[in-house]
Amino acid sequence: MALQSRHLLGLEGVNREEIALILDTAESFMEILQRPIPKVPTLRGKTVVNLFFENSTRTRISFELAEKRLTADTVNFSTSTSSVKKGETLKDTIRNIEAMNIDMVVVRHSAAGVPLFLTRCVDAAIINAGDGMHEHPTQALLDMMTIRRKAGDLQGLKVAIVGDIAHSRVAGSNIHGLLTMGAEVMLCGPKTLMPMHAERLGVRVSHRLEDALEWADYLNVLRIQLERQHKGLFPTIREYHREFGITLERLEQAKRDVVILHPGPINRGVELDSDVADSDFSVILDQVTNGVAVRMAVLYLLSGSDPALE
Amino acid sequence: MQTIDRLLICNAEIIDFAAGEQKKIDLVICGDRIDKVGQIDADAFSGLIFDASDHVIVPGLMDMHVHLREPGREDEETIESGCAAAMAGGFTTICAMPNTDPPCDSQEDVRFLKKRAESQLVDVLPIAAITKGRAGKEITEMADLLRAGAVAFSDDGSPVSNNSVMRRACEYASMYDAVIVDHCEDVDLAADGHMNEGEMSTRLGIAGIPNAAEAIQVYRDIELARLTGCRIHIAHISTRESVQAVRRAKQEGLPVTCEVTPHHLMFSDKALVVYDTNLKMNPPLRTEEDIAALEQGLKDGTIDVIASDHAPHSIEEKDVEFEAAPFGIIGLETLLGVVLKRIVERKVLTLQEALYRISTAPRKVLNLPVPQLRVGEAANLSVIHPTREWVVDVKKTRSRSRNTPYGGMTMLGQVAAVINKGLLWQP
Ligand SMILES: [Zn+2]
Repeated sequence: MALQSRHLLGLEGVNREEIALILDTAESFMEILQRPIPKVPTLRGKTVVNLFFENSTRTRISFELAEKRLTADTVNFSTSTSSVKKGETLKDTIRNIEAMNIDMVVVRHSAAGVPLFLTRCVDAAIINAGDGMHEHPTQALLDMMTIRRKAGDLQGLKVAIVGDIAHSRVAGSNIHGLLTMGAEVMLCGPKTLMPMHAERLGVRVSHRLEDALEWADYLNVLRIQLERQHKGLFPTIREYHREFGITLERLEQAKRDVVILHPGPINRGVELDSDVADSDFSVILDQVTNGVAVRMAVLYLLSGSDPALE
Repeated sequence: MQTIDRLLICNAEIIDFAAGEQKKIDLVICGDRIDKVGQIDADAFSGLIFDASDHVIVPGLMDMHVHLREPGREDEETIESGCAAAMAGGFTTICAMPNTDPPCDSQEDVRFLKKRAESQLVDVLPIAAITKGRAGKEITEMADLLRAGAVAFSDDGSPVSNNSVMRRACEYASMYDAVIVDHCEDVDLAADGHMNEGEMSTRLGIAGIPNAAEAIQVYRDIELARLTGCRIHIAHISTRESVQAVRRAKQEGLPVTCEVTPHHLMFSDKALVVYDTNLKMNPPLRTEEDIAALEQGLKDGTIDVIASDHAPHSIEEKDVEFEAAPFGIIGLETLLGVVLKRIVERKVLTLQEALYRISTAPRKVLNLPVPQLRVGEAANLSVIHPTREWVVDVKKTRSRSRNTPYGGMTMLGQVAAVINKGLLWQP
């Protein structure tokens, strides 16, 4: 079996079998990552460009590592889009890529839809590493892999995503992926950070953290961009922490055991307390490890390489 | 385009809006006047003969919401190319919005536009700015602008956000019984939005513009119409709440009118699923519920006019990421086709009702004389084949810009001729 699309633009529209295939493939790469020399020649001769229009050290390093483990040739292109150059940078860069012989493009951009835009411009497989507030499919895949490793199966699990849902591409991809895999999803956060008609996506919506703690098996806690407070979307950091911050006290009071995920980097003491992040509740470091395996799986499955694994 | 010496149009159906009927008739035009109406013997006629069997003749079509880019962005549209697009779309009359560079806010600007359009078949009627520089602060010299030939006032592209400035503008304009055309948008609510706020913006991860951003300013304008007695025309109405507000205002007898664009009737925000920047406009494409309300508004007369909001943009500006693209699409050449396809074929309006909203109605809104198809009157008319289909070929636009979402789509109703100022244009 193979993926239906030659790109990974998002998890909306990716079916259950395909997500399972990516996660299963990631599991086999996990084994390779445990070896003394964690490297396979799967993508030898393939050139991957990491096109980052937005700062993201973590995601870029994770992709780079995945590419190196697969022996791909890697080109890095990083730039930040200032409002003055908006539009210009993207087209110029695309023209440059067209001139090179690139097999795959990993792209991160502050504007939704840029990965799709790229598919119309270049003849390479496009992997979305985060586009605006739209999707971040590999993050959701690594979140699901982390949950699946812990729970065995995603079917019937209850996952609450907590925080700034409206501006979160991580939430976007997790919602589609989790629902497709048979999990139930609750979105929890202040109304000012909740997108309009979120419930129409097939999820529960709550504005009380207690609801999430009472209901969920897994909490995926999103990073709060501190600039949102300056835009007046919540009154103070203090109040945010008091209403929606995950504290050890709250977790210990909760009736059920929950597992904490966080896409990082954490604002310690805002959405998540340090002692929670470093506690047994947290699987945050597993997420980082699984991220490399998931990205290897995606790169491999979209590379058009021989389907037999090393 | 050719000069008319003697022209006989025979076997056409003339639409009489007042009587609500069509009648078969022949028409002789000498120079710029209608010379004869009735049964004319074609064999005995010397001059150009146009057999218009199966066609309808209406008072020249008028588009009261057009953005020409001259002066300032002649690479996107000139007065000449805009007029060519207008003729191809069946129009003899267009209103030019003032958001050029510099904006049309002085007598010289109005005169420049009129002068540049003098030799065109199409009448280009300037709409001057409400405020100097379209900055929303000080009102323009309205009396002077009207004297120079402005037919209305608008800061279109931007709203007049300051309620007090808008009140003074309305009071001042009402002294001359002039119309204020308002682009209703609460700029704080619309903020960084790029599409309608709703389920689709949530799915696509694009910041949204809520219906309330438009409706709040429509409510404001209705109250200012009540306060000042000024005639206010709401441009490109897009939400169900705005339609309902205008309906109530009309029931109360307030001097409020409004227009809808073809694209707000044709597409919902669902069409944005591929992030097509040629579907990015302001106000944004709304939902199916809004479209239903707009159709109802057309049916019951709440919506007076259909206008294109023709907004040319270069390929370079539009072929970028969705959030970086400017708002607006061209629409002069497709307005009639979309209206007949979407509104007449689906029986929202009859052919006569639809044509009324793009010929007579805009003139009534702006208090302009309606061309009469009678002997001795100036010949200002459009000849249309209402049942012939055609396919939009983007490469063949007369407009200098090609930012249209209609490429490859089938339209209904072909323009056979437009006649004005003693000139005849045929495709
Ligand atoms: Zn406007």
